[in-house]
Amino acid sequence: MSTQFYKSNPLFKVFNSTLIELPAPPNISAFWNFGSLLSGCLIVQIISGLFLASAYSAGMELSFEQVFKAMEVSDKGWLIRYIHANGASLFFLCLYFHVGRGIYYGSYLYVHTWNVGVTILLLTMAAAFMGYVLPVNQMSFWGASVITNLFSEIPYVGPNVVQYIWGGVTVEGPTIYRFFAFHFLVPFIILALVVVHITMLHMTGSGNPLGIHSEVDKVSFHSYFSLKDGLGVALASGGFVLVCMYWPLVLGDDENFSLANPSVTPHHIQPEWYFLFAYAILRSIPNKLGGVVALLLSVLILYLMPFTGLAKKKGSMFYPVSKGLFWGFVVCVLALTWIGACPVEPPYVLTGQIFTVLYFMFYLLTPISAALWDALS
Amino acid sequence: MSTFRNLSSSRRLALGLLGLAGAGGAGLALSLERAVSAADADRFAHAPHFHWPHEGFLDSYDVKSIRRGYEVYKNVCAACHGCFTVAYRMLRNVCMTPEEAKAEAKRATYLDGPNDEGEMYNRPGKTADYLPKPYPNEQAAAYANGGKAPPDLGLITFARHGYENYIFALLTGYQDPPAGFQVDEGLYFNPYFRGGALAMPPPLYNEVLEYSDGTPATKSQCAKDVACFLRFAAEPWHDERKKLALKLVSLLALISAALAYYNRHVWTVLINRKVMYVPKKKSS
Repeated sequence: MSTQFYKSNPLFKVFNSTLIELPAPPNISAFWNFGSLLSGCLIVQIISGLFLASAYSAGMELSFEQVFKAMEVSDKGWLIRYIHANGASLFFLCLYFHVGRGIYYGSYLYVHTWNVGVTILLLTMAAAFMGYVLPVNQMSFWGASVITNLFSEIPYVGPNVVQYIWGGVTVEGPTIYRFFAFHFLVPFIILALVVVHITMLHMTGSGNPLGIHSEVDKVSFHSYFSLKDGLGVALASGGFVLVCMYWPLVLGDDENFSLANPSVTPHHIQPEWYFLFAYAILRSIPNKLGGVVALLLSVLILYLMPFTGLAKKKGSMFYPVSKGLFWGFVVCVLALTWIGACPVEPPYVLTGQIFTVLYFMFYLLTPISAALWDALS
Repeated sequence: MSTFRNLSSSRRLALGLLGLAGAGGAGLALSLERAVSAADADRFAHAPHFHWPHEGFLDSYDVKSIRRGYEVYKNVCAACHGCFTVAYRMLRNVCMTPEEAKAEAKRATYLDGPNDEGEMYNRPGKTADYLPKPYPNEQAAAYANGGKAPPDLGLITFARHGYENYIFALLTGYQDPPAGFQVDEGLYFNPYFRGGALAMPPPLYNEVLEYSDGTPATKSQCAKDVACFLRFAAEPWHDERKKLALKLVSLLALISAALAYYNRHVWTVLINRKVMYVPKKKSS
């Protein structure tokens, strides 16, 4: 009786076809868990963000003091903030695993799903950056100054665009107001895009590690994958709770606890860990405009991946050279993350430049190597 | 089961090269890190790690130390530094009785208003008030201290690398500068301060105050106590955090173990099945 209700009700049959009876390949590995983890992260971030927004006062002078006082005054305000701040890190960790899995197993061949996913990644980066600025501490102020200044490199209109973003002649009150407005709005756009992303994915069905069509061998999502995803969520939550409750500040910076001072530059300006690879690429190019272009390309290049499907087989599983290139790419990203946290001085500058070249070479070499492998085998 | 011995020579070579590249990369990163450390002119001494009473997973704040630390803050630090994160009500049931906290608040004076006549007026403090600031604004603080305002101590513990270790090291680390190190007039040498010279004179010495609980107020005792108080100022929910952590971690461990077992139970038939391809026999 209840089964029929789930199948006939217009609302519940959507959930039934998405979360209960969805046919899924049985051989998908734990790397496919990150999709559901990301949905969980987004929900946690939106809910914790709503609580934080209810106690937030935007403004250059006000925000810093209010944020820390609200952590003590609001009931479990400190917990909500630790969850929101460290939740961003978990979000990006899952995003990078999700994108990495997509690159390795050729998920970019689902063009529309992939492109919507890359858009979600870009919007998440924008939301995270604007949220980081909101407490108006020393690092976030200077981070905002550096990143918004990059817009000045747009030909002809650059300086005007920067002033328009600032709402003045530097990062000040109006900048914080508009960043708060966008930081509040963008997650709901992301949520809508996630629905589109999932809908498009279900039109083609999930990929699998073998990269083959698996229409003949599928199992229902529930209870196989609902349990598997549930276990993933429980394990990730365990790690997340450990960080939030025992090392809540481990991913932050000491400068986050100093009031923004426009006349004193921090010793090292650096973003949060999840932007360090892109920041290292930005700094590797000696020319400011070139750096901005490289920074943008480091993420936008993902839009080009669907056009690199030159191989006969999907994914890197059956291409040893592609596998090697992929793991080399992972090393590059990790190295760039390290370089991004180092001062701009020798030998880090040259090291960063070498890894920047290798980072972009990956996107060029992978399709060529796979096509050559096909030709030779 | 495949082992390294069973691999073909080309695969062994490839794996060997990969290992070599990995080890070489790690060695390069380490050597670069060290080389630059030695060349950085703006180095300062890193605070050694001390064993704080609250640092373990199951440890709470030492409330007696916080009470003494508050006395040090009030008698020594508060003349120049504010502490915007601490209200008198927060000391209640932590290091003071409610009556003590109320009396302590009343000793301070706060500018309030305007009253019905539109005038600002002074009133005694209430427990809801935050600790008073020593200067009315940043400019007054800078003017009274040679051009640089003393930092607020509310979050100073987290704002410095090393946290409370840094506070203790700084307060006990004043010394004569080494030969060849020029310290300008009005500055004091301290190896734990970035740049080595700071405007704050050594604030602590033996018997700088008398503790109400009779503990001998040696310089290191005062430094330890005020570091504990400032850690409390930066994170007053510390004890609550660790209590909640125990509950959540235990709960999630149980949920994870139950889900892991049930997940394996559900999947066991599927992952142990054997899929065979049996080609059709050609009909003769």
